[in-house]
Amino acid sequence: MKLKVLWINAIACNGNAHSFLNYPQLEQILENFEFIYHPIIDSKYTLDDIIQKDISCDILILEGAISSEFKKDNEPIFNIINKYASKVSHIITAGTCATFGGIFRQSNYTYTTGLHFDEDKPTFMFSSLKQKTISIPGCPIHPEKLANIMFSIKHNINIKLDEFNRPLEYFAYTVHNGCTRNEYFEYKISNHKFGAKEGCMFYEHGCQAPYTKGSCNKILWNEVNSKTRAGQPCMGCTEPTFPKIDLFNTKKNMGIPANLPLGVNKRAYLTLAGVTKAFTIPRLEEDLF
Amino acid sequence: MSTKAQDKKQQKKEDIIQASLELFASKGFYNTTIPDIAKALKMSVGNMYNYFKSKDILAKEIISFISKYLGNKLKEINEQDISTKEKTRKIIEIYFKIASIKPEMIDYFLRIYLSNREVFADGCEGMICVNEFVTEIMIYFEEGVACGDLRDQDFFSAFGLFMGYLGGMVFLKGENMLPQELEDYIEDVSNNIYKALSV
Repeated sequence: MKLKVLWINAIACNGNAHSFLNYPQLEQILENFEFIYHPIIDSKYTLDDIIQKDISCDILILEGAISSEFKKDNEPIFNIINKYASKVSHIITAGTCATFGGIFRQSNYTYTTGLHFDEDKPTFMFSSLKQKTISIPGCPIHPEKLANIMFSIKHNINIKLDEFNRPLEYFAYTVHNGCTRNEYFEYKISNHKFGAKEGCMFYEHGCQAPYTKGSCNKILWNEVNSKTRAGQPCMGCTEPTFPKIDLFNTKKNMGIPANLPLGVNKRAYLTLAGVTKAFTIPRLEEDLF
Repeated sequence: MSTKAQDKKQQKKEDIIQASLELFASKGFYNTTIPDIAKALKMSVGNMYNYFKSKDILAKEIISFISKYLGNKLKEINEQDISTKEKTRKIIEIYFKIASIKPEMIDYFLRIYLSNREVFADGCEGMICVNEFVTEIMIYFEEGVACGDLRDQDFFSAFGLFMGYLGGMVFLKGENMLPQELEDYIEDVSNNIYKALSV
């Protein structure tokens, strides 16, 4: 039996809805789930039906940030959320805006936040729904993570979550994990040019992978690549702090990175840096091709 | 080896380091031999080699020992909840104090470690053997910038100003060219360094 899914977009750019269309096995999704409404995929009901009628639903997917002022089809988004949240077994906040507020925290609507978090601070309007919520932040969401979570729900698999309700399967790691530039990171070789395969981007170009939870380098994008593999720094898009400013520049205090790899204390980092910087490894200084 | 035996061995090593420092300061590094050091400690030369296999190895262990010693003193200052200005003064105070009561230690750093790089080439690459000390200076700078007290700049331009100045003062003292004691210069040197580094 197909599970019924409502995908509702609040204050959003629809980037997550579009990202989801890149899921290579989308047909399997459509064989196993029925979107009672989706902003892009054809559905049986209109947004008006969703608001006016009493339609059964199993999973609510929220995309975009929320505010008490924001309406869809003249209906406050809070009412739509409340109406369906009580029916469904699971709620998924798809993307960083729905989870933490993200870029749209800067919208002109009053107090724009994620469903349960305003950046890293918990909000209380929908706290009774937290137990049934799974957060999948990302700007945009990784389609495979969303698909896998939908299938996990369908098969009643226990999904372990972190403090922001993010599935540990995908968010127990940092994006640094699996990065193809790890040798450059280890030996503190920063000679990176944007788009090039050589060098680590943590030291000069603002890469946030060592302190960003995510699995972009474990589950690749379009099954082939990730930002850091392609030569663009990780922007930390799965974190409550996203978006930061000055994304392509590493903030430093007298040459020492202001943000260190997750859980690594300053003394440990500087001691290790002092040792590795004492040596030159010619292989890592050369162009790969 | 039991903990007690290890402690005893460590203590003996430190005794050897201290005796070596004093001999290096009075006779010079190249004029001091392992038998000289053994004699000063009333040890047999054979027993000395149980602790340090060669004078070069001893030389490297001494610089690491000094780095750890100074690093620990600076760490205590870095961990205090005080302003960068106060930290600056305390670091200079402790550096001059050590230079006064253990002149052989700073002397070794300035006259032997920095002047005989060939001895330290293998095993003390870059700043490896002075890592603990440099790490604490880095933390002092980094936290100073992070809290808005110090001006952000290249690490080495700040490090050179800081250590060059202190080293110069201690060197002048060692040459008996300073009219006053090092401690009499703490106030002025601290103010000068802080003014030069602050925003």
